[in-house]
Amino acid sequence: MRRGFRQRIGSVTLHLLAGLLFLWCVFPVYWMVNTSLLPNNETRGVTPHFYPSDPTLSNYHTVLFDESKAPFLPALRNSLMVTGFTVLVAVVLAFVAALALTRFRFRGRRSFILLILVVQMIPGEAMIVSTYQILDGWHLLNTIAGLTMVYIATVLPFTIWMLRGFVHGVPIELEEAAMIDGCSRAGAFWRVTFPLLAPGLVATGVFAFIQAWNEFLLALVVNSRPEMMTLPVWLRTFQQATQATNWAAIMAGSTLMTIPVIVFFAFVQGRMTTGLVAGAVKG
Amino acid sequence: MSAGTSTADAAPTRPAATPPAPYVPWSRRLGPPLMLVPALVVLGVLIGYPLVRLVWTSFQEYGRAQVFGRPPVFVGLDNYRAILQDPQFWRVFWRSLVFCAVNVVATMGLGIAVAVLLTKLHKAMRFVTSIGLLVAWAMPPLTAVIIWGWMFDTQFGVVNYVVTALTPADYTGHSWLIDPLSFFFVASVVIVWQSTPFVAFSVYAGLTQVPSDLIEAAQLDGAGRWQRARYVVTPFLRPVLVILTMLQIIWDLRVFTQIYALQGIGGIREKTSTLGVYIYQVSVGSGDFGRGGAIAVLLVVMMLGLAIGYVRSTLREEEL
Repeated sequence: MRRGFRQRIGSVTLHLLAGLLFLWCVFPVYWMVNTSLLPNNETRGVTPHFYPSDPTLSNYHTVLFDESKAPFLPALRNSLMVTGFTVLVAVVLAFVAALALTRFRFRGRRSFILLILVVQMIPGEAMIVSTYQILDGWHLLNTIAGLTMVYIATVLPFTIWMLRGFVHGVPIELEEAAMIDGCSRAGAFWRVTFPLLAPGLVATGVFAFIQAWNEFLLALVVNSRPEMMTLPVWLRTFQQATQATNWAAIMAGSTLMTIPVIVFFAFVQGRMTTGLVAGAVKG
Repeated sequence: MSAGTSTADAAPTRPAATPPAPYVPWSRRLGPPLMLVPALVVLGVLIGYPLVRLVWTSFQEYGRAQVFGRPPVFVGLDNYRAILQDPQFWRVFWRSLVFCAVNVVATMGLGIAVAVLLTKLHKAMRFVTSIGLLVAWAMPPLTAVIIWGWMFDTQFGVVNYVVTALTPADYTGHSWLIDPLSFFFVASVVIVWQSTPFVAFSVYAGLTQVPSDLIEAAQLDGAGRWQRARYVVTPFLRPVLVILTMLQIIWDLRVFTQIYALQGIGGIREKTSTLGVYIYQVSVGSGDFGRGGAIAVLLVVMMLGLAIGYVRSTLREEEL
């Protein structure tokens, strides 16, 4: 009897802790959205407004259409283009490489996997100077193509690693069964394995998307001209210009930049974890 | 556990899996390696070449004049000598190391605690908590810094208001970013807030894999709660924990976005720069690409040292 009571107290405490944890995780995000919906003068009072009693979209209007500030829409376009091309090319290249690595045995296969793992660890922070010099030499600074190329190389090692895990997870026996039933090798692959891989391809694509969408440093160095900025560089420029006067607009800009990421992330979260520490725990 | 059984006798079985060389047509033998060529070209041109060029630049005097066309001068190890004798570099170096250590310990500790908490929750509550963790994890790092910067704002920040309202201390108009120690506290809050969920989810995934019959057996043998955690669960989780710690060290040592953006919101550059930001300041800020390059090379060497550890523990767990 006494034990049951103590256990219940313990369980209640744990659930309270979890509640606090939840608050700690989501409060900053709530605060961002809340601030973005407040009229600017309400963000500048002694007592903060904990919920928007009089919500307004005027901050979003400022972000989207105020020409006097750093322009949002061109940055959005740049981000969409760079991210889109990066995802497309990186996933195709990674898919081809992952197939070779999982479905065939050949000399150099192991070395390639080692190379991928090591390259992943080379910090982009260290490479800004030479990347800048090289793109400058090719006249690709401040272009969509230049930044896209750099991003493809940045996300490629991990996309290959992740896709390799997914292809590995589809048993080759399925293909072999289809081949016994009269499929060609290619036919067996496209009709049996490929559909099973689709979720993995999507997850990998989303991963590449998030990386490219959030990347800040290389974009800052390589595409610094205002009309070629991507969203993170835009947000930082906008924040520097308006921090003293209009936090509400900065929060509106942050919200706009965050929405696609959260949506995509929720989509593939489970696979992200398995991809990142693939195989670290095996039963 | 098909992986474990096959690796033990992989060597003798391999010839059987691959048909003897003479029977393989040319196209088959060249095909698979050719499939790696596109990826290799991209990595070679955009990572290999910049890396070589970085090392090369670090041996040159390469400043603003060289950017505008004057040929660079080869100076041997001068850049390295200059850095290693520069007290500012050593301050940045030790600061980065300590900052990294604090964040890794905090993130791992909190992450493990949250993972254990998740296993003890009611199903619905676990779902709600996971959503919260997911949201924090998903935030773009730059946005995260800017939001926290706003919450810690000197004049209108919600943190100052809440602290003043709930504690006897008066934090009205308190600046969190001017004092370097307090600056790093805020930076750590942002980093730990964002990286805990990944650790928590990974460890939680590991915990759910621990076979329950193992735990029951230990219980029957009279192992208490702590003994079970120590001698049954921990050995099982060790590989995940090692890989996670390694990843955290690598990520936190090269941190750029959080520090750079927080410096933009407030804070004194000279007293708060870490290695990633310092490379940016020396090369892009003051235009000394040679020296910036040398610092970058040092960072790469440190990273590769860590990477070897990471790769080795990954290889141990993963069948290639």
